[in-house]
Amino acid sequence: MTDAHLDIRQVTKTFPTPEGGVVVALDSVDLAIAEGEFFVMLGPSGCGKTSLLRCIAGLEYPDSGEILLDGSRIDDIPAYARPVNTVFQSYALFPHMSVAQNVAFGLEMERLPKNEIKSRVAAALEQVKLTGLDRRKPTQLSGGQQQRVALARALAKQPKVLLLDEPLSALDLKLRRGMQVELKRLQRETGITFVFVTHDQEEAMTMGDRIAVFNEGKIVQVGSPQEIYRRPVNGFVADFIGETNLIKVTVGSGGFIFPGGGVLARELLAEDCEVPAAGECLLAVRPEDFELVDTDAAVVGEVVDVIFTGGLIRLHVRAGDQEIVAALPSHGVVVPAVGDQTRLRPITKAARTVGS
Amino acid sequence: MSPVTTSRPRRRLVNLSNFPLFRGTSIAVLVGMYLPLLLVVFYSFNQNRLAQIWTGFSFKWYDFVFHNDDILRALKNSLIVAVVATILSTLLALGAALGMLRMARSGRVFAWGLLGAPLLIPEIVLAVGTLGFFLTIKVPLGHVALILAHTAFCIPFALLPIRARLAGLDAAPFEAATDLGANEWQILRRITLPLLAPGILAGALLAFAISLDDFITSFFIAGPGATTLPVYIFGMIRSNVTPAVNALSTLLLIFSATLLLAVYLLNRIRRSD
Repeated sequence: MTDAHLDIRQVTKTFPTPEGGVVVALDSVDLAIAEGEFFVMLGPSGCGKTSLLRCIAGLEYPDSGEILLDGSRIDDIPAYARPVNTVFQSYALFPHMSVAQNVAFGLEMERLPKNEIKSRVAAALEQVKLTGLDRRKPTQLSGGQQQRVALARALAKQPKVLLLDEPLSALDLKLRRGMQVELKRLQRETGITFVFVTHDQEEAMTMGDRIAVFNEGKIVQVGSPQEIYRRPVNGFVADFIGETNLIKVTVGSGGFIFPGGGVLARELLAEDCEVPAAGECLLAVRPEDFELVDTDAAVVGEVVDVIFTGGLIRLHVRAGDQEIVAALPSHGVVVPAVGDQTRLRPITKAARTVGS
Repeated sequence: MSPVTTSRPRRRLVNLSNFPLFRGTSIAVLVGMYLPLLLVVFYSFNQNRLAQIWTGFSFKWYDFVFHNDDILRALKNSLIVAVVATILSTLLALGAALGMLRMARSGRVFAWGLLGAPLLIPEIVLAVGTLGFFLTIKVPLGHVALILAHTAFCIPFALLPIRARLAGLDAAPFEAATDLGANEWQILRRITLPLLAPGILAGALLAFAISLDDFITSFFIAGPGATTLPVYIFGMIRSNVTPAVNALSTLLLIFSATLLLAVYLLNRIRRSD
């Protein structure tokens, strides 16, 4: 890709451990992010997503590889000279400065004229709805307000790329939902490329135009939330994004033989996934993709638990040596009770192979 | 405030106040600490030439102190030495603390030990050493020698609060400053120094108090023209103890109490800000 806005090429980053070993935080990572994109880097803690963010910011330097912004290398210039800004997880506000002074700091470093600084600070504070609090000290603000100051401080610089390092992780759920919506709005309004790091898959799905799923220093999959949810490339992604059943099946002549003896016809599998000719493989099926059937069941087993969750009823079914979770609509079906034998099948083209 | 404040009894391993001698010991210690000070203040208003025989109230010894050229000269020497040594030692301690940040862990521990060790070395040893050193490299005894010696022994004291403050600082604001476009010099001026200010102030005050108070080193290094106040007071009581010594001591007491109060108020203003 040559038209990438932010282009990460073969970036590797290692850290020494206190015991004298080496931890590979990033292992030859390639990634191309387009201009004006809301890009989410998702993964469990220690997967390398924050290391990559810090390499882009210039707070860490990659061991090897290149980072290009609009075609020119930025990985060798110091953090203070890069046209990217960061919203830190801990907010990192300057405790000795007022809200307005915090937001003005980055602009003063650019030696902008006083009146321009003033108007840009006011505009940034208005953008994050903090007008009127400019004389307060950070300690006099709530966590949510501090978050907004951190955001205004970075946005005032009008960066080409805004990096956000788990910015919402310290907020409570309600505040967090509100900020998610607001961050999306800010990104649309400013048109700035956002690179957002999170370990929360729900947050990633809500916010991202595209998501990169990280695991153990590598990018496992890049795609839109729908692609990643519907077409996970392997068991890790299927399991990490949303809830999924990973079912060990045997490939037979008639189709896939489930634990417990049920068979799923080959034609019912999603079209674009590889099927081994024989042997065992893993099938991924979302709980909501099961339906109750009378004949041709893939899952035949005893109901061990029934949980009512409102719109859906969750059935835990023991099939052979595996417990499978199905989420069925709570209306219009006769729900089996604990101890009943039941028959389930993935709806057409919902089950996918995800390797073995 | 919540109306249902339940105060749990504080758990202690040993409740000392139950011991029979606790009250008596506490009172004795406090009397031992503060009675001498009260006596100094009391006898400073004594009319009699002999300090310990009370004959009547008088301000004459204060008048004597304020008009005695020798005392005023000694006070001036003390203040000059203390002010210059405070500035120099605080700057050097600040530089050392910031410099140590860049060192590897092992080097930092070593450097800190090297700079902190004089706190545990008996001052008489340092004083003898300093005198010998100055005589060897031919630094004439007097103001300059005094300032150099005071600066040296004040550095560990100035370093203590600065380093404590530095250790308590979070790295995040510094990263944020870099990210917002500040170079190292701008970070030092706009972030590091303001955040360290309380530690620097505390370090400077400690250094000032230690320098003003110093007797042993000053006694060895001062030479004839640069007598400091503690050295002069020692000379006064050797000849005879007049209430003038008490008056002078009372003035010093008021001075240090004022300084202490000023720091306390300054901290309160800073916190409520």
